[in-house]
Amino acid sequence: MVLPALLIILVVAFFPVVSSIWLSLHQATVTNTGAFVGLENYVEMFQNDDFVEGLSNTVIFTVVSVGLEFVIGLAIALAINRAFRGRGLVRAAVLVPWAFPTVISAVMWRLMFQDQVGIINYVANALGIISQPILSDRTLLLIAAILVDVWKTTPFMALLLLAGLQVIPGDVYEAAKVDGANVLQRFFSITLPLLKPAILVAVLFRTLDAYRVYDLFWAMSNRELESLSTFVYKAVRVSQLLFAQGNAAAVFVFVTSFLIALLFIKGFGMQTSAGD
Amino acid sequence: MASATASRGARGALGTVVFYVFLVVFVLVSLFPLIWVFKMSIITKSELFASPPTILPQDPTASSYATIFGDADFRKALVNSTIISGVTTVVCLFFGAIAAYAIARLRFHFKSLIMTLILAISFFPAVAIIAPLFVQFSQLGLIDTYWAAIIADTVFALPLTVWILVAFFKELPRDLEEAAKVDGATTLQAFRMVIVPLAAPGVFTAAILTFIFAWNEFLFANTFLFTPNTQPVTVVIPNFATVYTTDYGAQAAAAVVVTIPLVILVLIFQRRIVSGLTAGAVKG
Repeated sequence: MVLPALLIILVVAFFPVVSSIWLSLHQATVTNTGAFVGLENYVEMFQNDDFVEGLSNTVIFTVVSVGLEFVIGLAIALAINRAFRGRGLVRAAVLVPWAFPTVISAVMWRLMFQDQVGIINYVANALGIISQPILSDRTLLLIAAILVDVWKTTPFMALLLLAGLQVIPGDVYEAAKVDGANVLQRFFSITLPLLKPAILVAVLFRTLDAYRVYDLFWAMSNRELESLSTFVYKAVRVSQLLFAQGNAAAVFVFVTSFLIALLFIKGFGMQTSAGD
Repeated sequence: MASATASRGARGALGTVVFYVFLVVFVLVSLFPLIWVFKMSIITKSELFASPPTILPQDPTASSYATIFGDADFRKALVNSTIISGVTTVVCLFFGAIAAYAIARLRFHFKSLIMTLILAISFFPAVAIIAPLFVQFSQLGLIDTYWAAIIADTVFALPLTVWILVAFFKELPRDLEEAAKVDGATTLQAFRMVIVPLAAPGVFTAAILTFIFAWNEFLFANTFLFTPNTQPVTVVIPNFATVYTTDYGAQAAAAVVVTIPLVILVLIFQRRIVSGLTAGAVKG
């Protein structure tokens, strides 16, 4: 009974990966596999400025946004981990940014960053924070993209951490209080260790998600901000002269994502047992 | 003694005030872009360019909405999105429910390997397979048909559906189906007559999440669909920014139209959505 679901996944996802690897070792085009060239596509890919820029943007974006999301998300989760009036409203507000399509969020924020009608551009200008239109500068665009990502997914991070917090039994804290542990001691020796599984799951999910960033960069920067995924998309779909290099980049994303997951599982001792 | 109690009470009250101020700020920051873009969609062109910007709309107008709904491509895109996400949801629920029930109830070899494999898809970078899929779909003549998006979306939504459903199925009491089987029902009958009705809330939650996932998908749609005939709203709206280059009101209105159904879904079903998300993510 599991077979149909498994077959679909195998045929549509795993088979193409093998195919991607195969294509990346050839001088491939959309219509034909071409001559075997070994790792040449990978060498050329690393010499391609767009790829290098995409890689560096992706790494900066992932590290900074996931870092911020974790710290802010944890603070929010700790704050709302109690019964209070208006809890439903807060939960709904948390979910609204999460539920939006990323491209639509990007379009909405692009309107607010825009230099003629954008409220953020207006305020930042009035306060003297920026001296040029946000959308015309790549560094500002990257900062803006991080800001949008933090806005969109911090609540989700908070939600996952909150679910983890609610599993921690209250009497552990009572016992620690009796033993005279202060707030900070309780946080570092009870909350953090017991929350570790939830933290690892949430951070791994978010890291792999941020690492694949595509929609946000594509729609917000009007195709100007490069990421690994936009590089693959452009090479494979827009300028098909780069088809082989695009495949190499796709395999690169696949392998590095796998390594990131492995790092979390082995390095941080994450549990992957699929229940019983 | 009395003064100590009073000061503790005052500190508690102050803490409560700080807490609620924090909450209000948090909720406002979360909702601000939606509120602001909604404002942009209902003001006149001249007010849009006013400096400093107005806080409240001075002279509300629906002209931006008239512009986008007057655009046949936009209307078609809404229909396309609905078809693609609707079919994806139905397909995912069908295969997902069968697989999840088997995983939750039956004993078989390689179960945890299979669950790990399914989970691995959630970590899978979709971009890694768009080139070979593009080639295959071209050969099969699927490019620029709904199926190209539906097939690709299904693969990436299925793991989520399966994980949520497994979590829900596991919570259902086993005795009920066993009673049904004792009464002579087959495994499939027990599944259909006993489990499906009991699991309806879980299935419904999985359906909402799968639908939101498919509605929001962009990479596959942008890669495999290239005419307005099949493109969903997620692809059409960023292009709006190119077509209506300076019509920021129209861009804002389009963004609002696409997000409103999601806001309504979230407001009505927030409890279910939260339980589905945490069942799928944290328990995994």
